[in-house]
Amino acid sequence: MTDAMPSVYRRLRELTQARLALGTSGSSLATSEWLAFQYDWARARDAVYYALDFDDLAARIEGLGLETVRVASAAPSREVYLRRPDLGRQLSDESAERLGQSAPTKPDVAVVVADGLSGWAVDQNAAPLIEALRERAGRGGWRLGSIVLVSQGRVAVGDPIGALLGARLTLLLIGERPGLSAADSLGAYLTYEPCSGRTDAERNCVSNIREGGQPPASAADTIGYIIDRAFAAGQTGVALKDETALLQHE
Amino acid sequence: MGTYSVNLGPNRYSFPDLRRLLACASPPRSGDELAGLAAESAEQRVAARLALAEVPLQRFLEEPAIAYEQDEVTRLILDGHDEAAFAPVASMTVGGFRDWLLSYAADGASIAALAPGLTPEMVAAVSKIMRNQDLILVASKIRVTTAFRNTIGAPGTLSVRLQPNHPTDDPRGIAASILDGLLHGAGDATVGVNPATDNVHAYVAIASLIDELRQSYSIPLQSCVLAHVTTAIEAINRDAPVDLVFQSIAGTESANSAFGVNLALLEEAHDAAQSLARGTVGGNRMYFETGQGSALSADAHHGVDQQTCEARAYAVARAYDPLLVNTVVGFIGPEYLVDGKQITRAGLEDHFCGKLMGLPMGCDVCYTNHAEADQDDMDGLLTLLATAGCQFVMGVPGADDIMLGYQSTSFHDANYVRRLLGKQPAPEFADWLRAMGIYDRSDQLAMPAAGNGLLARASELIGDEG
Repeated sequence: MTDAMPSVYRRLRELTQARLALGTSGSSLATSEWLAFQYDWARARDAVYYALDFDDLAARIEGLGLETVRVASAAPSREVYLRRPDLGRQLSDESAERLGQSAPTKPDVAVVVADGLSGWAVDQNAAPLIEALRERAGRGGWRLGSIVLVSQGRVAVGDPIGALLGARLTLLLIGERPGLSAADSLGAYLTYEPCSGRTDAERNCVSNIREGGQPPASAADTIGYIIDRAFAAGQTGVALKDETALLQHE
Repeated sequence: MGTYSVNLGPNRYSFPDLRRLLACASPPRSGDELAGLAAESAEQRVAARLALAEVPLQRFLEEPAIAYEQDEVTRLILDGHDEAAFAPVASMTVGGFRDWLLSYAADGASIAALAPGLTPEMVAAVSKIMRNQDLILVASKIRVTTAFRNTIGAPGTLSVRLQPNHPTDDPRGIAASILDGLLHGAGDATVGVNPATDNVHAYVAIASLIDELRQSYSIPLQSCVLAHVTTAIEAINRDAPVDLVFQSIAGTESANSAFGVNLALLEEAHDAAQSLARGTVGGNRMYFETGQGSALSADAHHGVDQQTCEARAYAVARAYDPLLVNTVVGFIGPEYLVDGKQITRAGLEDHFCGKLMGLPMGCDVCYTNHAEADQDDMDGLLTLLATAGCQFVMGVPGADDIMLGYQSTSFHDANYVRRLLGKQPAPEFADWLRAMGIYDRSDQLAMPAAGNGLLARASELIGDEG
């Protein structure tokens, strides 16, 4: 397909973010298209290995007037983290001991921030989301405790943390697996009465939180709505799923 | 249960049962390490292979990897075993079976005739003592042909599943991706959409969209919506235009249970699709997807290594005469297949095992961004699989699935390997491509002319009168 592409063909790209109507050399990708792919791929790759600056993140959150606590999962490195999801779901012994020593603060909502598979997503979106959530918490009448920052964490690490703090609900913010169209998506997982052993069916999720996806301010509204519903229903998970799905489509 | 032992230099290695022996003989795999099933050293792995090579094939009928009483997949395997088909190799060991498969005497017809007599554990066992070139050479001898509105697996062909996914199932977005794929010669295996939401409304809408397009341009293809099998049954009950019925399957009863299916439900779906009789050149109507690691992911592996579990999924698939079986090899992530090397090996194993069991195997040559893999690894596996006779691969716009968030093969990748190896699409579909002017007289892709019907449809989608 070396002839010029008719404009109507090229304009199919307006209908989807899928990589359509690409330029070709013979049947292969044209040079510019192949290099463009590499750029998007490189951003996704770098997001996986992005070394999140937790000091800077903590400073930004403390600047909002909130306290922070730093902990680590049982995965000591990114390499181990990628191969051993089970370790990323547990606190390190030292962190568990430290959190367990202080008396439970019993917040309504334990906000936990984990780097997950995109530290970059956390860097970009966690602080703005927490700022919007702090305002939403005031209106909802629920109390946030210290913001817990977890390195090398997966979603379920929010369960033992929420349990140790005596929280009614854990809100876990985590960098989602980067794709080529977005490497900076933050996910939010809500778990009522968090404790180790909770299943994914007992959680609700708000995904694709980023500028260009669901922006942090709008995501805070969605999350706030789910928290209100969870406290009213005394649960999170499949039972709340349909109405939150409806909400996100509106 | 017998003990399997071997002396190796000064060391004696023992394996308590066939399940442990198979696991230790398996090539290195992060998922088996995660499950605590992998060999502890390279030498122990070789010891297991030496012991495994001495095991008579007959032994696999006497010592199932998972107990007969415990697992309906084991019952399916043993109750359905065909002694007559097994007879030519019944006296062989695993090692002798490898030698025979590689021999000049073992041609495609004689290997294919064995299929009903082979159990997944036998096939997995022999694969574990084969190197990549063995897996490729033996698989390349076997031809499996299936059909619905076109013929998959004919000599010299390589088909493509067009995968036009969209994160919100937007009909115009899906249609745009389908048009682009068709204009690149993709879609003969199936036009198959993974819906973002699994409900019957979304199912019917997508199936109807593809069906309308197919009928408008008389395209010899079959559609598929990759929703849960119960959603498909519901759609059939509502008279939706359902061509292929899809389901993800695994190799143990409990892993299938995690997918929300069992053999009775698959039978029900198979019967429901049969009642529609929509195939014109053949009646294969199921599309299955599998992938190493699914049993461990569901905590349902029963101490069986992930490659043997995967081969057992093929025993489930073959009970329903599928049109297509797709091993989605690198989708599951690095905790199961850590890098391009493991993904490549697993893809070749899966293709080999499926073919030996008589299945129309395709492969989603793919990876996620947290695995140690890139496009070069995919080029390698795609090329190797095509030389091994893989029936079909994926065609995802620009190799990037914007709904599922992973990289697969693109329309261009499929065309690269068709061009490299002189492979054609399914014959009925190739005729259509020529009639539409998508292929020129030399069967090269041609830029569509202004009056092309698919471009007219593109205009309608964009809302452009010109």
